[in-house]
Amino acid sequence: MDLIADRGRRVQVDELNTSKLLAHAAKQTRDKGFDDVLIVDVDAHHYENESFGEILPFMENEVLKQLAIASRAKGGRGNVAPSGFGYQDMGGRVTRYPLRSSEKTDANGPHRDVQLGNRWMDAMGVDYSCLFPTGMLSIGLHPQKEMEVELCWAYNRWVTEKALPESGGRLFTMLCLPFSDADECLRQVETFGHRPGVRGFMVTTVRPKMGVQDNAYMKVYRAIEERGLVLSFHSGPSWGDHTFQSCNRFLSAHALGFSWYNILHCTNWVVNGMGERFPKLPVLWIEAGLSWIPFVMQRIDHEYMLRPSECPLLKKKPSDYMRDMFYSVQPMEIQDMGALETTFRMMDAENSLLYASDYPHWDFDLPSTIWDLPFLTDKARHNILGGTAHRLFKLPPRNEAQKQNLIKYGNYQEF
Amino acid sequence: MAEQFIGKASEFKDGDRQIVRIGEDEIGVFKHEGAFYAYSNFCLHQGGPACEGLTIANVEERLRPDKTSMGLHFTDQMNFVCPWHGYEYDMKTGCHVKDKSVKLRKYDVVTKGNDVYVVA
Repeated sequence: MDLIADRGRRVQVDELNTSKLLAHAAKQTRDKGFDDVLIVDVDAHHYENESFGEILPFMENEVLKQLAIASRAKGGRGNVAPSGFGYQDMGGRVTRYPLRSSEKTDANGPHRDVQLGNRWMDAMGVDYSCLFPTGMLSIGLHPQKEMEVELCWAYNRWVTEKALPESGGRLFTMLCLPFSDADECLRQVETFGHRPGVRGFMVTTVRPKMGVQDNAYMKVYRAIEERGLVLSFHSGPSWGDHTFQSCNRFLSAHALGFSWYNILHCTNWVVNGMGERFPKLPVLWIEAGLSWIPFVMQRIDHEYMLRPSECPLLKKKPSDYMRDMFYSVQPMEIQDMGALETTFRMMDAENSLLYASDYPHWDFDLPSTIWDLPFLTDKARHNILGGTAHRLFKLPPRNEAQKQNLIKYGNYQEF
Repeated sequence: MAEQFIGKASEFKDGDRQIVRIGEDEIGVFKHEGAFYAYSNFCLHQGGPACEGLTIANVEERLRPDKTSMGLHFTDQMNFVCPWHGYEYDMKTGCHVKDKSVKLRKYDVVTKGNDVYVVA
């Protein structure tokens, strides 16, 4: 296929085949013996908009469903869900974006997204992936609360009834909550929380107004905690947010945005004593990188000592509560190795950090980014790549060697 | 160092590339402005297929004497881009366009008559 380069020049590249594109990842998997290591990817994606034809019929309200389906009809100009703007593909430099539609899958095989997932998981040596949507990460920007509810409901039905069942158990999910409506969040937790493949619920953090400490959400957190599930917050960018409108480059809005929304909500979560209110609720912060964590720890520990009257529920420093939570690793900023090592120490990465690829997005990380870190112990490597996730998400090893490694590093549990 | 035959010079057009596999090694050979360039196909970032992505001109930002920006422009320098994450390398040096210490292993290319060889 041809891609457009500078000045309209066309460059011929092969059509996309994920297995071929990731052949070097497969080599790393073989060379490093990843088949013997349980590797859990807690943040991978599909492009659910390509399946809206299957998803939208699951909407409950007949009028909103008709609006959504009609907007996608041939010649229609409507967008069903909010869509951010930006240049994830870097002008075609990251070729899997413009070439995605060229990838062939078996029409008689499992769902296309499952087939693509198997290709990247097999190449990377990943045993399980938590599947998240892509466009719907911006669902919090939808101006209609009721449409947000409907789209989350439809997606959650589709992914648990159509996509996950065809994955042979290798794909799991934390379902998207319609966070603009706490009552609906609770209904969806109660409806979907017991379904196979559901290991938790996810809040998209790109929202114009959201206080995770609002009383309305306490029943939602309690319901998730009671079910032994995980609550995750998935960050994202929002170039259109007034905070980032002064950024004239995608790089700036992206680098800051992903960190910013987790900084904001994690701070509110900690300062309001949510760790004391829901001590058994595992909380996971996703896709903000790692460098924000020591920053927030130092900032709010500092002010906590000066203004204790504003956080009476806390019984220890905010950073201690942050170490009680979990964080996904990607995109890991491997620039200053000393700073990264300090970050790992400050966050107790051996017990709090979870590997995530974010594949197929443009800044994905391979398992080798963790495996090759020079300052990690073997136990930390195994914990981060999958041992901690094994316990958190109740995912069994896929072979005897993985089981023995889980036992060796103190992670193995029978489910 | 062995010479590996990669093709006939007359069959390479400007802008063509070829990936040569020598055992476990992979080498990307480009023809650009009449010359051949050959580099390791393993990106120095996470090991992606550095030579298999888009080739695209370098981008610069031009400033006026008063330091105001004239915006972004393509230059005559040609780069090749790792398709995994966008690491961008100078076609003539194999250096990352922003950090010259990040440099792909470069291989010599020799032409004997109409035959092109990479020395690996």
